[in-house]
Amino acid sequence: MAKLTWQSIKLQRIVGQIAVITILSVGAIAVLMPLIWMLSTSLKTTSTSTEFPPKWIPLDAKKVTIGDRDYFVYSVPVEGKVRELALFQKRGPVGIFVNPDNLEERYEVEVQKGRRVYEVKLHWENYPEALKTVPFGTYIWNSIIYVVVTTIGTVVSCTIVAYGFARFRAKGLDVLFLLLLATIMLPPQVTLIPQFVLFTKFGWYDTLYPLLVPAFFANAWNVFLLRQYFMTIPLELDDAARIDGCGPLGILWHIILPQSLPALATVAIFHSLWAWNDFFYPLIYLQSKEKWTVSIGLQQFNSIYSRNLPGLMAASTMTLIPTVVIFFVAQRLFIQGVVISGIKG
Amino acid sequence: MVATSIRRKGLTLSRREAMWAYLLISPWLIGFIWLTAGPMIASAVLSFTEYDVINPPRFVGLGNWIYMFTADPLFWHSLKVTLTYAIVAIPLGLVLGLALALLLNTKIPAIAVWRTIYYMPSVVSGVAVAVLWSYIFNPRFGILNWLLSLVGIRGPGWLGSTQWALPALIIMSLWSVGGGMIIYLAGLQSIPTTLYEAATIDGAGTWQRFWRITLPLITPIIFYNLVIGIIGTFQYFVNAYVMTNGGPANATLFYNLYLYRNTFRWSRLGFGSAMAWFLLFIVLVMTLLVFKSSAMWVYYEGELKKE
Repeated sequence: MAKLTWQSIKLQRIVGQIAVITILSVGAIAVLMPLIWMLSTSLKTTSTSTEFPPKWIPLDAKKVTIGDRDYFVYSVPVEGKVRELALFQKRGPVGIFVNPDNLEERYEVEVQKGRRVYEVKLHWENYPEALKTVPFGTYIWNSIIYVVVTTIGTVVSCTIVAYGFARFRAKGLDVLFLLLLATIMLPPQVTLIPQFVLFTKFGWYDTLYPLLVPAFFANAWNVFLLRQYFMTIPLELDDAARIDGCGPLGILWHIILPQSLPALATVAIFHSLWAWNDFFYPLIYLQSKEKWTVSIGLQQFNSIYSRNLPGLMAASTMTLIPTVVIFFVAQRLFIQGVVISGIKG
Repeated sequence: MVATSIRRKGLTLSRREAMWAYLLISPWLIGFIWLTAGPMIASAVLSFTEYDVINPPRFVGLGNWIYMFTADPLFWHSLKVTLTYAIVAIPLGLVLGLALALLLNTKIPAIAVWRTIYYMPSVVSGVAVAVLWSYIFNPRFGILNWLLSLVGIRGPGWLGSTQWALPALIIMSLWSVGGGMIIYLAGLQSIPTTLYEAATIDGAGTWQRFWRITLPLITPIIFYNLVIGIIGTFQYFVNAYVMTNGGPANATLFYNLYLYRNTFRWSRLGFGSAMAWFLLFIVLVMTLLVFKSSAMWVYYEGELKKE
């Protein structure tokens, strides 16, 4: 390697930085583009939503109402100036343009010479309309029940189980923990069909129970994550609490839980996002429409009203907003979750 | 591990501890028996029967299995679709995820913003994203073909084309490559900087540092992402169901979608169970293969100490 002066090292570093930022910018545009397109399309009209090439900002052709009819507005060159006039009538290649503010002012110009005027128009009404097209309110409510109940179930049950594995010794516990780890890898299809039969025999088909009840029996992955976290809490704290007269549940409540809030939040957030997005279990268990969750409702919207693209994108946007908001609020916890559970286990 | 003060009083206390242990893990243990082990055995048994929930199961011996392997028109096809996707999408995702993590591990301004942007797509998922992408691939007004038209390429019919539907889903998978990136990033940040400093003093360039230090030290993470990727591919469902419904002409009939159809559309629960068990077998074999081969290419730092 050639001898490097400090200056050339510095220059090299700056060039490197610029290269990295350029690559990342291109990638970031590619990553964000679908979401921006979704947002933009959700604010268009049915006809402008399928225009090619796509316009990123929702534009409508400008119209004016004269009498009881709408007329398109054109920018037309008249008398050496370019003016915005309404196309009142067409006679072959010639158009009769009028000044909408003064109907007496009329010009005959070749239509070809005029250009249609567009204006930014955001059709926010697509959102309330999407909510009316399918009973989205009901779906959102069902999804909220699914998310809240199963998140509580998961956090409570996984905390208790993880505490058992992290702080107690008993014969066979090690083997059971290995068994638990093995089930993380288990494809859910292997248990799916008998579970379906069982829940159907319980009379739970077409109810929320098959979605809610299993959450209270601890999920292997979350138990593992919490146990790893609990193990990092010093045992001396347990001893101190024990001397103060705390039993096992007291230690869990007074020592472990307050120390583990980030880990608990991570589990809660990962699980609630999963439940909000879950499509498979609602699909196989929920038949009647009034019990559907958002994911099923959106799929129905997609298959029935696919012509109403702005409405569909408005519905999609509303489905994604909660996840995006949670993501931005709790970003740190996500990354922490990866660090705790991952790899170094 | 557990405080020694407990042990002093001997057996009764350790027995009490064991009682507490089992009491605390009982939600999982009951769930394991009720929702995992029991159903696993049951689905193994069901795979030897014909069963439609309404009528009692009828024992058919190896019938489902023989039919599945020799006569079913789409079983092998669905397996081929899934493996094709896995062979292309997983390595592509691994490499891109790592490249992204390396870029995001450099010293550039507003690093948190960059990481957030790239990680976000792997958090938003589900039907909304599938719906969104099915319009991005629209041949008439979708933005993908618009982008291609900017560089003078006439884009294909994507999801409507037997040839391009599967590649379209693979392209879509790259959008959420940030999920793997975050895991790599955690690994990259745990590599001691002293290693790099020492290598630099010894005259190693950027490229050498990557091949000699970074790559060996994060092979366990590549390995982890690989295993997760394989298991994930066999769960592939939402996109195939929402965007193409397996079509056109079964070009995107993923294994899991075919299993779903057999089981819940056509009420062939016995056949579905056989497919599920075969899936478990495949995932086990694949994971074992990856584990076995890992000795050749995965480097665990801890191993040094055993020598």
